[in-house]
Amino acid sequence: MIKAVMVINGLGKPRLSKFYEFQPAEKQQELIRHVYAVLSGRPDNVSNFIRSLGTVFGPDTRLVYKHYATLYFVFLFDNSENELAMLDLIQVFVETLDKCFKSVCELDVVFNYSKMHTILDEIILGGQVLETDSVEVMRAVEEISKLESTTSAGTMINKSIPSWWAR
Amino acid sequence: MNPFSSATRLRDMIRAIRACKTAAEERGVVRKECAAIRAAISENDQDYRHRNLAKLMFIHMLGYPTHFGQMECLKLIASPGFPEKRIGYLGLMLLLDERQEVLMLVTNSIKQDLNHTNQYIVGLALCALGNIGSAEMARDLAPEVERLLKFRDPNIRKKAALCSIRIIKKVPDLAENFINPAASLLSEKHHGVLITGVQLCVDLCKVSTEALEHFRKKCTDGLVKLMRDLANSPYAPEYDISGITDPFLQIRLLRLLRALGQDDADASDTMNDILAQVATKTESNKNAGNAILYECVAAIMSVEDNGGLRVLAINILGRFLSNRDNNIRYVALNMLMKALAVDSQAVQRHRTTILECVKDSDPSIRKRAVELVYLLVNETNVKPMTKELIEYLEASDPEFRGDLTAKICSIVEKFSPEKIWYIDQMLKVLSEAGNDVKDEVWHSLIVVITNASNLHGYAVRSLYRAVQEAGEQETLVRVAIWCIGEYGDMLVNSAGRLHIEEPLTVTEFDAVDVVEISFKSHSFDLTTRSICLIALLKLSSRFPSCSQRINDIIIQYKGSFVLELQQRAIEFNSIIERHQNIRSSLVERMPVLDEATHIGRKAGSVPAAVSTSQGVSVNLPNGAPRPSAAPLVDLLDLSSDDVPVRSSSGGDFLQDLLGVDLVPVSSQSGTNQAQKSGTDVLLDLLSIGTPLANSSPSTTQVLPSNVDAKSPVDLLDKLSSPSAPSVQVCTPAGSSPMLDLLNGFPSSPPISVTEGNGPAYPSIVAFESNSLKLTFNFLKQPGNPQTTLIEASFINKSQEVLTDFIFQAAVPKFLQLHLDPASGNMLPANSNGSITQKLKLTNSQHGKKSLVMRIRIAYKVNNKDVVEEGQINNFPRDL
Repeated sequence: MIKAVMVINGLGKPRLSKFYEFQPAEKQQELIRHVYAVLSGRPDNVSNFIRSLGTVFGPDTRLVYKHYATLYFVFLFDNSENELAMLDLIQVFVETLDKCFKSVCELDVVFNYSKMHTILDEIILGGQVLETDSVEVMRAVEEISKLESTTSAGTMINKSIPSWWAR
Repeated sequence: MNPFSSATRLRDMIRAIRACKTAAEERGVVRKECAAIRAAISENDQDYRHRNLAKLMFIHMLGYPTHFGQMECLKLIASPGFPEKRIGYLGLMLLLDERQEVLMLVTNSIKQDLNHTNQYIVGLALCALGNIGSAEMARDLAPEVERLLKFRDPNIRKKAALCSIRIIKKVPDLAENFINPAASLLSEKHHGVLITGVQLCVDLCKVSTEALEHFRKKCTDGLVKLMRDLANSPYAPEYDISGITDPFLQIRLLRLLRALGQDDADASDTMNDILAQVATKTESNKNAGNAILYECVAAIMSVEDNGGLRVLAINILGRFLSNRDNNIRYVALNMLMKALAVDSQAVQRHRTTILECVKDSDPSIRKRAVELVYLLVNETNVKPMTKELIEYLEASDPEFRGDLTAKICSIVEKFSPEKIWYIDQMLKVLSEAGNDVKDEVWHSLIVVITNASNLHGYAVRSLYRAVQEAGEQETLVRVAIWCIGEYGDMLVNSAGRLHIEEPLTVTEFDAVDVVEISFKSHSFDLTTRSICLIALLKLSSRFPSCSQRINDIIIQYKGSFVLELQQRAIEFNSIIERHQNIRSSLVERMPVLDEATHIGRKAGSVPAAVSTSQGVSVNLPNGAPRPSAAPLVDLLDLSSDDVPVRSSSGGDFLQDLLGVDLVPVSSQSGTNQAQKSGTDVLLDLLSIGTPLANSSPSTTQVLPSNVDAKSPVDLLDKLSSPSAPSVQVCTPAGSSPMLDLLNGFPSSPPISVTEGNGPAYPSIVAFESNSLKLTFNFLKQPGNPQTTLIEASFINKSQEVLTDFIFQAAVPKFLQLHLDPASGNMLPANSNGSITQKLKLTNSQHGKKSLVMRIRIAYKVNNKDVVEEGQINNFPRDL
């Protein structure tokens, strides 16, 4: 199963993190820092897999990452997942973001924090792959946005919704 | 009311945080925001609740505490609107976890939402349950999830399937409820549902053998057909990744097939064809295709044996190794490492390609490749493989050399066909990367050289040549100088020259030159210089003509600021000047270093004082060879006031034991440290602390229960060893600890003699108490004298049944213990049946030390926990 998904920028700031195995908040930060320390030391021409992560993650945890512009996309998972398939899954995730945000950049990720989570939740649930077709994911996410805006427009109380939902 | 006045928007907060230039500034902004949010929470502000929570999630991601927002999640989830619920669930998944009790409160809301008419709300609830559901929630909500597996919308079905995985992982008992729904998911047409359904089956197989059997019987054929359809299906754009139909589904299917085929010949047979088809037909020019191939190889390796398929699989991995994509090479090496256990012949065929990977540009691949090569080397290919690796050493990165040299040395050590080859290879490694090797490497080289008496001359001459070439490699210099000190005469007179050697003319003066240059070099550390100093002392005796010159060199260091050098220089100077008569005997050649001891020490198992019979340590750079004093003799010496000299028939074992147990006796009379350090290990391991010896229950429990420990005379009746009389003489009647142990030694007469090919040993009663009796039967495997197989059998002598019986054992570091599972955990009363348990003991000090073991037996009598402990010292010798 997938243990965690992280998006970290080139300076080590977390932009998205989701843990599918419980970790206390401080531990989460430690893990993110550890992953960043490992990744930032790697040159570009090497493989995208890391196995020897030390003891912080427990034995047999693998890491797959991809480096897009200013962001590292990192998936941590155990031996029940196929490394190469995880690499493709990162691709699916990024493609979906790309479709949602029309060529995604770090700012989109920062300011659309909750939407990022909605997208991720349509791809991975409970550490398992839910959907691998970005069109299907998009469809679900758009349905949710639609629902969001209609209901919030209907209830006068939540004027502020569009401001944080739309980008 | 202006919605923007009371609190900043999420966007503005993010902007403010991003604008911070320092961490302190950021903390300030976050603190202000958190204060505002807390205030809003305490006012029970409904309007901005979900916005506040959205902010909190962002703050949480940055690593600040956000626990105060947890109740807000629950409130939002309970509210009717979709946006509130959405943020509420998001917050729930991020800020809470299954361990918090707050989560209990949310179960009811989730239950309602699972039955909601809006399918997106159902989806949110499923997502939350699947991500953080606890065991209680799983029990409460399993029926809802089960129902949702048949929901009309596929998006809900697939979420419900993954949610079920969480449920069965949390509560494996629920697995059987999901077997049938999961099986029906396998006939779905929707790809997303199929992927999740297959995954659910995989996880069901993991937690329930019932499920595994069911799927094996009912679903294998269907899955094979599905796989075949997928592999042959025409282009389907929506799930297609780089021209391959739904690789994720194919991978999941292969994974399920693998689970079904493992350990089941029939199922494996059914899937052989399709595995072969996938392995041969899948395109391998894209990552997605390779991912499928990789999974297929993993499946082939796991299902029941089919030689042809495995060769095919390993060949695929071989092809992967020449792929241009680093990732493919990386996974191939990992998989080959596993495949080695299955079919090493087939892997050997790709040796050349694997060797190429040692030169890869990617360090992580190089590292894997070296590990794999290390596993591939055997007696037949060691020479060419080592040659390749050493050649590569010249071109390798400095940071990689440590690993590489360690592996090369270990290969050479393990498989070297002859010592001369070993020495040659090590010299090459040291000349090339002497500064990168670990200490063990050059230590063991010295050990090997001292053991090869016919190669002393060859070794010292080769080393001399090597130092001329590569004098900057410190460990090479150390070995060379050490050998020149020992065998300097053979360097000069070319004694024992082998016919393959080129003649070499070295004068005594040249030899001293080499040592002097190294000694005075500032780039070498204290160890090297100490070795040089000792070598000089030795040469002063070996080359009388250079004695004066050497003395001059040494004198210069009498004022050295390095204390060690200064002290040695003063000592050696006085030896040369004033003690001519004893010098030559002082600096005689070192006795041959014991290889077994060295190996033992390398494993870090035994401190030198206890293990070395010669009492000389190789890696003691700064000391002239000391007269060898066996620690055992030391021990006996120290106690000689009390114990008369005993006949050697007492044996190591007894002496060891005496050594151990004499500590309390002799420490009363103020014994020095030396003895203690000698027995440290045993003391530590057996935890016989000085003050404990008399009162320790472990000591008394060793006694067979029928013996009353008070009277030494009684005990002596039991003693059969020839050393017994001396014990009687020396032991005051009151000091029982020593007797206790001695008593344990020959206590029981042989009960039965084990039949077998190996030497037979009598069984012993290893432990006996009022309620328990433990007997050991021994068996040796022929050809493996270090290993002893022990069959332990436990008999319950009491009137009560013993339940939850657990036997534990601990041994000193020179022993390795392997415990097989016991035959049961219940002992009937009145010796009415027994538990047996097999133990395997490997004695790395075989022939030197006897077995010794500490045991702990735990059980329940009438539901009361009882623990018995003891120590077994009465193993037959020579085990």
